[in-house]
Amino acid sequence: MMAQKIITMSHGNGGRLMHELIDVLRVKFSNRILNEMADAAELDIKGNRLAFTTDSYVVKPLFFPGGDIGKLAVFGTVNDIAVKGAKPLYISLAFIIEEGLDFLTFERIAKSIQEASRKAGVFVVTGDIKVVERGSADKIFINTAGIGVIEYKGRISSRARKEDAIVINGSIGEHGLAILNARENLGFESSIKSDCRNLNLEVKRCLSKSRKIHVMRDLTRGGLATSLCEIAKSSSLGIEIDEESIPVRKSVQKACDILGFDPLYIANEGKFVCFVSAGDAEKVRRAMSPRARIIGRVTSQHKGKVYLKTRIASSRILPMLESDLLPRIC
Amino acid sequence: MHSKTKKIRLMEVCGTHTMAIARSGIRKLLPPEIELISGPGCPVCVTSQEDIDRAIEIARRKDVIMTTFGDMMRVPGNETSFEELKARGADIRVVYSSLDALEAAESNPDKKVVFMGVGFETTSPAIAATVLEAKKRKLKNFFILSNFKVLFPALEVIARSKKVAIDGFICPGHVSVITGTAPYKNFVRKFRKPCVITGFDDRDIVKGIKMLVEQVKNRDPRVEIEYKRVVTEKGNVLARKKCGKVFSVRDSVWRGLGKIKKSGLRLKKEFKSFDGEAHFRVKLPKVKKDKGCICGEVLMGSRSPLECRLFGKVCSPARPVGPCMVSTEGTCAAYYKYR
Repeated sequence: MMAQKIITMSHGNGGRLMHELIDVLRVKFSNRILNEMADAAELDIKGNRLAFTTDSYVVKPLFFPGGDIGKLAVFGTVNDIAVKGAKPLYISLAFIIEEGLDFLTFERIAKSIQEASRKAGVFVVTGDIKVVERGSADKIFINTAGIGVIEYKGRISSRARKEDAIVINGSIGEHGLAILNARENLGFESSIKSDCRNLNLEVKRCLSKSRKIHVMRDLTRGGLATSLCEIAKSSSLGIEIDEESIPVRKSVQKACDILGFDPLYIANEGKFVCFVSAGDAEKVRRAMSPRARIIGRVTSQHKGKVYLKTRIASSRILPMLESDLLPRIC
Repeated sequence: MHSKTKKIRLMEVCGTHTMAIARSGIRKLLPPEIELISGPGCPVCVTSQEDIDRAIEIARRKDVIMTTFGDMMRVPGNETSFEELKARGADIRVVYSSLDALEAAESNPDKKVVFMGVGFETTSPAIAATVLEAKKRKLKNFFILSNFKVLFPALEVIARSKKVAIDGFICPGHVSVITGTAPYKNFVRKFRKPCVITGFDDRDIVKGIKMLVEQVKNRDPRVEIEYKRVVTEKGNVLARKKCGKVFSVRDSVWRGLGKIKKSGLRLKKEFKSFDGEAHFRVKLPKVKKDKGCICGEVLMGSRSPLECRLFGKVCSPARPVGPCMVSTEGTCAAYYKYR
């Protein structure tokens, strides 16, 4: 083996190796809020409950079917806040730009950010710009922060409850494949578009239907499977899902078959799951988009694990994402 | 299906089948007397250590752009992997088609662009087309490392093995699209083992297994096509012609199976200028003693990944020791992922 350990692309893909990096940080910064390890931190400032998040966007290519880096940055940030049961209010934007970037490209991204923030109902209230030498960055990177106020009367945490139903708001795997298709010119049907969109309005509708929503998670890197694994683990409960009930578009399934990917592990940018008391599940599903489905339930069996009932009525464990072949999808 | 206790051992030859079987949970549904053994049909996995080390040595050179399929990136060589080498500054690129490598050669005339080629009958025709195109464009800086393999000689080795003792073969749909049924007919004549060319849908596979079990029970070994919507008796004549124009067969070393006569492809004389192995005469590093990895036996079907003491402990997809844990079609990866 080579002498010194270095960071490779595999450390950045949301899989097991990334946790080696996270652990370095967690040990050093450990505190009650961080230790929740949520996409957005929940803050209590003088009786006001706030959700606070940060994220960086390095997607390649900058523009892809269904979105671009600007839209992605706004919606990604908004969604992290929304799934905490909060109303997103303000975001910050910091740009790292490689010299030589076309001015028009920058303007196009700015315009897209403007449209996205209008759609999501948030204001960009502060920002920063840095330009670096050619080769020190790739065209443009965006870092964001976002803040929102938690108005929900129930409590959203990372712990599901026994007998919760699991509802998903639509079909999976579109964002990751759209990026790959655009980047590598794979020539799959152009019908595969990123699902990049803001979730805050849909989440709000769901929250208004039930006070018994216990967990919400937006399904980005690592896909549906990885999010479910995390929730099973943090809840110390088992999860059972039904393969046939999970919405996957035909075009996505076909492309996955050819490339050897599993849609359960492919990134989304406009999908979330909702863990809700079974009695309210149908109400919540109807508050979502038309392709929303109830895909499974929480059990007290096989704690910490996710079981998938396959199409032919067999079953298998869904593991966490180990390694992803698709870097820079968001 | 039937109550007699004699085990029926079926081998799914192809890595795509291995993955599909694991993913759908077919193994758990089968009656105990039917055993599915995973075969050598994962191109990354059967590539010999020497061929991987050669590619890594070539990728170290400053004047080289190495191109490869994504599966290859994390395969451990003797000292390092493509992925690690890339993080240290080597120019290694994942491509989805060998034509992308050709484009890279055209747009980087000051570099030597090498394509690390692995694959079976399904892949080699496309590479042959790429080589023909490179010749047409008179490229001087484009090279292929031809580690392509031919499936049937390896199947014969397995069929001969008493240790593995396979009763029937779930044969790869994709390879058969190219080869047609003729080579299977030879195989069945020689070894009297049932062969069913099967598709990759879970229902295809279940049906394929059923057809095989019937052949075994009736002692009537034949070649049958389950995957009729795609595979024809004749196969793809044009693709085979292209292949024959560019490649000739040679002996080749398979991980786990050893050297097998006429089981590999090399570029023909007329295309020598694209032969990376001949162009870069690299000195291979001394291979360190093995680390206890049983990928070789797993590929042969003589042991299961679960019998490996490294499995799931030292060796996982995030930190693979052997290639079967790296490739998306690798048997160990399938067992790990779909436990």
